[in-house]
Amino acid sequence: MTIINLDHISSKPLLPDVKEAMIEAINNDYANPSSQHKKGEEAAEALEKARESVARLINSNMPKEIVFTSSGTESVNHAIKGAVLANAEKGKHIITSNIEHNAVIRSLRRLKSDGFKITSVSVDENGRVNPKDIADAITDQTILVSIMHSNNETGTIQPIEEIAKITKEKKVLFHTDAVDSVGVVSIDVQKMGVDLLSFASNTFYGPTGVGGLFIRRGTVIWPLLDGGVQEGNKRAGAENLIGIIGMGVAADIANRDFDARLDHLNKLKNRLLQELPNYIDEYIINTPLEDSLPNLLSLSIKYIEGESVMLMLDDEDVAVSTRSACATGSLRASHVLLSIGLDHADAQGTLVIAFGVDNKEEDIITFLTALKHIVKTLRDISPLSSKTH
Amino acid sequence: MWEYTEKVKDHFLNPRNVGVIENADGVGEVGSLACGDALKLTLKVDGDKRISDAKFQTFGCASAIASSSALTEMIKGITIDEAEKITNNDIAEYLGGLPKEKMHCSVMGRDALEKAIANYRGEPEKRVDGEIVCECFGVTDLEIQRAVKENNLKTIEDVTDYVKAGGGCESCHDKIQEIIASVNGTPVTEKTRPSGLTNIQKIRLIEETLEREIKPELKKDGGGIEFIDFADNTVFVKLRGTCSTCSASQVTLKHYVETRIKELVSPELVVEEVKQ
Repeated sequence: MTIINLDHISSKPLLPDVKEAMIEAINNDYANPSSQHKKGEEAAEALEKARESVARLINSNMPKEIVFTSSGTESVNHAIKGAVLANAEKGKHIITSNIEHNAVIRSLRRLKSDGFKITSVSVDENGRVNPKDIADAITDQTILVSIMHSNNETGTIQPIEEIAKITKEKKVLFHTDAVDSVGVVSIDVQKMGVDLLSFASNTFYGPTGVGGLFIRRGTVIWPLLDGGVQEGNKRAGAENLIGIIGMGVAADIANRDFDARLDHLNKLKNRLLQELPNYIDEYIINTPLEDSLPNLLSLSIKYIEGESVMLMLDDEDVAVSTRSACATGSLRASHVLLSIGLDHADAQGTLVIAFGVDNKEEDIITFLTALKHIVKTLRDISPLSSKTH
Repeated sequence: MWEYTEKVKDHFLNPRNVGVIENADGVGEVGSLACGDALKLTLKVDGDKRISDAKFQTFGCASAIASSSALTEMIKGITIDEAEKITNNDIAEYLGGLPKEKMHCSVMGRDALEKAIANYRGEPEKRVDGEIVCECFGVTDLEIQRAVKENNLKTIEDVTDYVKAGGGCESCHDKIQEIIASVNGTPVTEKTRPSGLTNIQKIRLIEETLEREIKPELKKDGGGIEFIDFADNTVFVKLRGTCSTCSASQVTLKHYVETRIKELVSPELVVEEVKQ
């Protein structure tokens, strides 16, 4: 039996064309793109071709604005630490939100222990930042605002353009962690007005181990890695050319199939939302219906715990992820779910359903059929549900 | 994913003795929602103090369900006096072992059994005499001491795995270290810091206290509070919701918020409101 993958937020399969391009790249025995001999030139051409493809995906009209990194996490670290180091003499204040990914949270925690002041704005029950809160928080000491484009737990998309207008007016750098957005929803860096934008190849079915950072022309940030002159002096270390070639091909396909994918994902999500009440009751949808990722639905099922649900689904060959503290190894409930107002018990019962291009509508029904009897089994075991029923 | 044994998987996917015994002779309820798990154990005890039936209900992960199921199988048919001797390790061993991070599930089983036995004997609810060390999960020094002794725990991480203490805000790590040292008979030779908390520790603790203690209370009245800044032992906050317009907000601020912060973080702190 094949496994139904509804955990595309954790990993996505490589597209066949991407695999092929990468295998071809391995067999090509590329040299170092920084070398000036013929073999090096050939490698540099392949690298720049990929850069152009990736630039197109986020509508940058200058491929040089793209720096290839090893991951979304590296891009985020580079954007935040690089921006702060380059502007430390201007001020020591950074603004972020309560629902960021650990790459942002821990980068800022490191900076906090180095004496930087961090303001973290709260979000509403949809997980959304109010741009006015950002405007209010900006002081003459503020050097960076970092707000994620979409949230990996709830799928909420933030009003990035509105925030960018504020940061532009106040002359503060603006970084957005768009790791779960680029290649999934429309991203236009010219229209958005952000200075820095982090993304990753695997989000659009490219290989893991490759990411990108958009640095708007004219924005000065320090490199995270010091060494050679690769990536326009912005990121030292010989490029992962095979991975980058894979990312380039994945970006081309994401561009080509953009509308079809969006239709497909929206159809899957709507079908799930529509069918859900026919299969289970007493649940909370944490994903706002407006302005959210088309491929993600966060669902808190009352009276039961998420790791149990996830493992029972796994036993029936359906893969999902859970935000239960039990499964993550920390004992703490998810900061994102608590921030949108869930209590601890509901946070424990949270599943993240993430679709991909490889899912079919039947997958939703298979999942729901399994979920229905699993929820019943676990609620029969749970002391919480007998108290309330 | 966690490395669960076949026996854990079996007891999770096919749990034994699920339910509640009507007119039970002994009932033990442990855990709380804030902790993320809860277990209710009910016993039927016959004339010669033998456990004739046991049932459980559990809210929790796979290992919590498996531990509960295993416990009921272990105690059915044995006497109360025999059951009393069962340790959390016995439960884990019955399951062929549990991942270290999940040992607290076996401790929860043992605790429920203890409570159910006490309830059967008509003993008053055992008072937790000790002093709370871990505020996040409500774990006392006595509970930590017992876990360290019975399971020969060596590190703070071990303690967190077995009784959850120290798994939240981490501000109790020094105290846990002292308990481990005192149980193992090795006095703390060198303290990492002579006294008091660093500013970073204070900020973390203030955040935790606001989130866990104060915000939920204010929320009941439609109010809210936001942590703005911290300097010179002064906590700057902004009041939100109904608090921001309430004429008694200064009373709330000084008599409730400040008192809790002094109590839970450090007595030298004061709380000030930042006006827009």
